[in-house]
Amino acid sequence: MSMQRLTLWAAAAWNMIRSLATDDAYDKYLAHHAHAHAGSPPMSRRAFYLQQQQCKWTGVSRCC
Amino acid sequence: MIRKAFWMLVALVGAFAIGGIAIHRGETINAMWIVVAAICVYSLGYRFYSAWVAAKVLSVDPTRATPALRLNNGRDFVPTHRWIVFGHHFAAIAGPGPLIGPTLAAQFGYLPGTLWILVGGVLGGCVQDMTILFLSTRRNGRSLGQMARDELGPVGGFAAMLGTLTIMIILIAVLGLVVVNAMKHSPWATSTVFATIPIAVLIGVYLRNIRPGRVLEGSLIGLALLLFAVVGGGWVDSHPALRELFNLEGKPLAWFVIGYGFIAAVLPVWLLLAPRDYLSTFLKLGTVLLLALAVILMRPEIHMPAVTQFIDGTGPIFGGALFPFVFITIACGAISGFHALVSSGTTPKLIGNEADVRMIGYGSMMLESAVAVMAMIAATLLQPGVYFAINSAPGVVGATAEAAVATITSWGFPVTVEQMQFLAKEMGESTLFARTGGAPSLAVGMASIFSSAFGESMLAIWYHFAIMFEAVFILTTLDAGTRVGRFMLQDALSHVWKPMGETSWYPSVLIASGLVVAGWGYFLYIGVVDPNGGINILWPLFGIANQLLAGIALCVATGILIKQGKLRYCWVTGAPLAWLAIVTTAATWEKVVSSDPRVGFLAAADGLAAKLAAGTLPEAQAAVAPQLIFNQRLDAVLAVLLVLILWVVIADMLRVSVRAVRGQPVPPNSEAPHVDINSIKISAEAA
Repeated sequence: MSMQRLTLWAAAAWNMIRSLATDDAYDKYLAHHAHAHAGSPPMSRRAFYLQQQQCKWTGVSRCC
Repeated sequence: MIRKAFWMLVALVGAFAIGGIAIHRGETINAMWIVVAAICVYSLGYRFYSAWVAAKVLSVDPTRATPALRLNNGRDFVPTHRWIVFGHHFAAIAGPGPLIGPTLAAQFGYLPGTLWILVGGVLGGCVQDMTILFLSTRRNGRSLGQMARDELGPVGGFAAMLGTLTIMIILIAVLGLVVVNAMKHSPWATSTVFATIPIAVLIGVYLRNIRPGRVLEGSLIGLALLLFAVVGGGWVDSHPALRELFNLEGKPLAWFVIGYGFIAAVLPVWLLLAPRDYLSTFLKLGTVLLLALAVILMRPEIHMPAVTQFIDGTGPIFGGALFPFVFITIACGAISGFHALVSSGTTPKLIGNEADVRMIGYGSMMLESAVAVMAMIAATLLQPGVYFAINSAPGVVGATAEAAVATITSWGFPVTVEQMQFLAKEMGESTLFARTGGAPSLAVGMASIFSSAFGESMLAIWYHFAIMFEAVFILTTLDAGTRVGRFMLQDALSHVWKPMGETSWYPSVLIASGLVVAGWGYFLYIGVVDPNGGINILWPLFGIANQLLAGIALCVATGILIKQGKLRYCWVTGAPLAWLAIVTTAATWEKVVSSDPRVGFLAAADGLAAKLAAGTLPEAQAAVAPQLIFNQRLDAVLAVLLVLILWVVIADMLRVSVRAVRGQPVPPNSEAPHVDINSIKISAEAA
């Protein structure tokens, strides 16, 4: 495997792990906000995180 | 051609492995037989049955835009890669249930439980999860209760709500009891579990204030601290004064869990619940992988017989015959109604294409079922005598070590006091007798595999790692469940008095949380004072409630299939539904009317009442007897109520189905209208 492909592969794996951990949720939100609500200021990282948590734990999100 | 030959080979190997575990009657059998059988069954189930159900029964349409695409808001509706959704969904459905159920069901031998995990999983649980996930995706991520109301009517909706609330209460009580039993008189386990709370709070503050939203690094720091807490527990255990501080009886531990549950449910989620959930998710994924790796590396021998004499209902861990109790006990590893709640919540809002439903719904449950198989292996690789000594309550086998050993040996499962003392010493515990609840015996099993695969001298560390691992996500389920119960109760109370429905109004929060905690706290407390261990009462009740919830979910699915003109396919959900209806009804019948006091609630209550009246009970038992008598009668009422709820929903589903088949008016299809996936993509590109 060439070095370039290895780097690409590693980058994809790293993105996957970040996604699984929801580390990239704020980046995704910013990207969405930039084209869907262009002009209005987006939430801060902290406000977004707190809102995510509130939303996640309002319904049934864990089983037995 | 080559593909056909390959799948023929998988089928042949699978049949050979199942045949092997079914007819083998030697001293021991290698766990690889079970592993190979499981891999073949899951592969065939996924490749053929799930593909057929997705294509023919559900008519999955990859060109139809999912709610994540149509309603994309960058927050909860976000189209996400299927492997990521798979990870989130699996983390959400996998809890302590599939670890505990098989451990308890191992009293029947390894065979009955394993077969039901495989068959029930592939034909029941996986189908339920996938179908509900699909139906909810088609309905913009509506909850099971909402779907029941929309598609069947208000009766079904109300029953689903009541069923969910009841199962939540019983589930939390039984899980609380498992943690209490694992910590009882174990300074090491207690101090480690206590330490997880400040660690979670620390990570909560880190993720909110120091590095907002950097979950990965926060979790890694937390995991390092948790591992340190496991080692630190060992130091506490070897320190004479500190040791006594954490050497606690069941009752104070129960009060601790109750107080903890209340506080955790009213605190903001970012402080305790969310960070601990991140930690438990990483631990869970890591430990499951490690366990799978260790089982395959070590290929341990199974010492439990295929089938024990306890299939006749005389088992020491819980009373009741193979049918129906193996199906009630395994619960989550084969089919879990709880999953229907998760499948109709967060997950549908993340799915980017309907075609992913098969992998996410069916696939995640398959993996969960595989976890249950591993728990079964971990429980059955112990010497049966040791397994029964750990899991049998003193009320059943005798209060002293000598009495317990004599009773268990007389069943044909030899074990000695020295053997148990040696094992306890190796695990860093003062005793392993009567450590009911499943967690300690699972931890001994896991510690044996882990230490033989990754470090022989670390048995005690592995044991307490396993206990910590179970406790961390039991506590997550405990306060997540209390919170859900609180929301449901607030919603119900808002019909009586409007302000109660405000989810952030503190008086309402405190009252509703207090009521939910009092509900499960009551059952937990009774379980702790019960000399028969409490698990033998609570786990079957939980199993009945969980299978009942699955029944309600399958009713919704079957009703929708029939309404959509798919009568000829309705057996796909209808057959598991019929089986669950039979199993839960039979189990409830036994639990209520059986004259065996170890099975029947009423027989136990009457028996105890007679002894109390005759004055033959020792003083300590006489003091708690009135509570136990009341509780057994309450449990009987509860079990009957649960089964009535199920039959009401079944009747409602049949009513709607008959009307649909006859062409009479029924509640309209609540699917969101069809939008072509390409139109969304084009408009997104244009923007």
